Amino acid sequence: MAKIESAFFDLSYLENLASQSSSVHRLDPRIKVLLSAAFVVCVVSFDKYVISAMLPFGLFLLVVAGIANIPIDFIIKKLIVVSPFAIMVGIFNPLLDQQIIMHLGSVNISGGFVSFFSILLRFSLTVSAMLILIATTGFNSVCMAMVKLGMPKIFAVQLLMLYRYIFVFIDEGMRMFQARTLRSFKKRSMGVKTFSYIIGQMLLRTIDRAQRIHLAMLCRGFDGTIRIRQTIKITAKDVVFLIIGLLILLFMRKYNIPLLLGTVFTGIS
Amino acid sequence: MHMADALLSPAVGGTMWVATASTIAFCAKKIQMNLDDRKIPLMGVLGAFIFAAQMINFTIPATGSSGHLGGGMILAILLGPYAAFLTIASVLTVQALFFADGGLLALGCNIFNLGVFPCFIAYPLIYKPIVGNNPTPMKIGIGATLAGIVGLQLGALGVVVETVLSGISELPLSSFLSVMLPIHLAIGLVEGLVTTAVVTFVWKARPEILDISSQAEAAGKFSIKNVLAGLGIAAVITGGALSWFASSSPDGLEWSMFRVSGSEELETPRDGIHHVLASLQEKTSILPDYGFKATETEETASEKPASSWPAVDAGTSTSGLVGGGLTLVLAAFIGMLFKRRKQER
Repeated sequence: MAKIESAFFDLSYLENLASQSSSVHRLDPRIKVLLSAAFVVCVVSFDKYVISAMLPFGLFLLVVAGIANIPIDFIIKKLIVVSPFAIMVGIFNPLLDQQIIMHLGSVNISGGFVSFFSILLRFSLTVSAMLILIATTGFNSVCMAMVKLGMPKIFAVQLLMLYRYIFVFIDEGMRMFQARTLRSFKKRSMGVKTFSYIIGQMLLRTIDRAQRIHLAMLCRGFDGTIRIRQTIKITAKDVVFLIIGLLILLFMRKYNIPLLLGTVFTGIS
Repeated sequence: MHMADALLSPAVGGTMWVATASTIAFCAKKIQMNLDDRKIPLMGVLGAFIFAAQMINFTIPATGSSGHLGGGMILAILLGPYAAFLTIASVLTVQALFFADGGLLALGCNIFNLGVFPCFIAYPLIYKPIVGNNPTPMKIGIGATLAGIVGLQLGALGVVVETVLSGISELPLSSFLSVMLPIHLAIGLVEGLVTTAVVTFVWKARPEILDISSQAEAAGKFSIKNVLAGLGIAAVITGGALSWFASSSPDGLEWSMFRVSGSEELETPRDGIHHVLASLQEKTSILPDYGFKATETEETASEKPASSWPAVDAGTSTSGLVGGGLTLVLAAFIGMLFKRRKQER
């Protein structure tokens, strides 16, 4: 049950973060979706041995998260939770690629280690970018932006429907779980039988609700087409922000800023 | 079995995005042409059902590995390929956005691997011909199991091909394949058996719903409540049976990666693939010269022996390190600044 609980926590926490107000939150969702996509493409297009040139991207995220009032520790926690996958995939690079490409004093660093850290960095950057996107925009706005950017409406409807049901589903499950916990002693963990009754009951309730919703939709004149309320409007400020953002991303992609900085400071070229 | 952004090159990720996006557009068109308006809540509920089912891991016997229900075949059988594809895509999108399963760029790959193969290959080419219009538990069993296996094998193949083509991970094609395919054969078998149990149950409770997939427009007057109640009980069985196997063992993909490392076959990646990649990347990259230069260095790296490695000279790497350090200090500084601002509020 811990998994479903943390899922609920993540969903509602991200949704709460998205309901804040900051200059990042107020941006048009389309701008944020486009910038996130550009960000991910920039990061992913780095060569596999690149580490330092990617760091400014982290700085960029940090600034955005700071302005938008997104707690960094939450994102770091999420990163740690999902990191095993990237680690499992990257961990072979040190084993498979043992050519020495760097010397740090007496320590030789093989290409595999460099690319392993590069993978971890890529992973952190892309995942945080996505979390920041959703935490500053909210799922509904992301969907709306995607519709405006050409996503088929029925798919948006499906996404919104699914999203709504997940909340209902998890909320109900947690209440039932709580009710069950209150009626049993601590030591008695939930058996398979109880678990399946609870899950089944939960689904039945969700289904009942789905039918009620369908009937309610029909009562309100649902004719098979869903109309999504379009509230987003793009302003000149948004466009300016998009252009500036893209320029910053391209600049960071094109030039290895830490290397330039380091060159200036150490005087070695 | 989710791909991650960190393992993808933009060329591969972008190609898969285009493929997936056009499949979604195609399916949306198909569904809109003959929409049964009850299907909208049904798709939503089934998406949530799959979402919950995927949270349960079960151990695959005799491997020490664990997997979870993909659910692609169940959706395809219940909803038909088009609606099922959209439902799978929606589940994967929510997972990617909120739980960081995969990533923004990898979403294209993931939807393709887990959606296109079961919905448009395994279902119409294997399940449908075997089961036909006259399903029996036997036919459903054989069809669903075979389709489950084929769907997952193709999905695993997709993951391997996408990873190797991207060239970020050093895993060589042959050993990656030789580990991934057998493992996903086992997972596919289990997936097929689970699908069989669920579909057979639904068929016994409400045989008519298996027809809606083939003829969405003729869905007629079946009671959606009973169908969904049947699914509810199926969920109980799935939950009951699978949670018994629930384990914290590594996921199949992770486990197979581990196996590759265990065998420690130190093969260099194939240059041919990197050549293809380089030209692809050059064509698609926003900054072609930069990307190309980088790939070139990488190629020389894999061709030449260790001694003649065009090592980054000491000066550059020192500057890089110092600059990197400065960036990190700057990051910490900015972080502190924001924290203080927050406290002052």
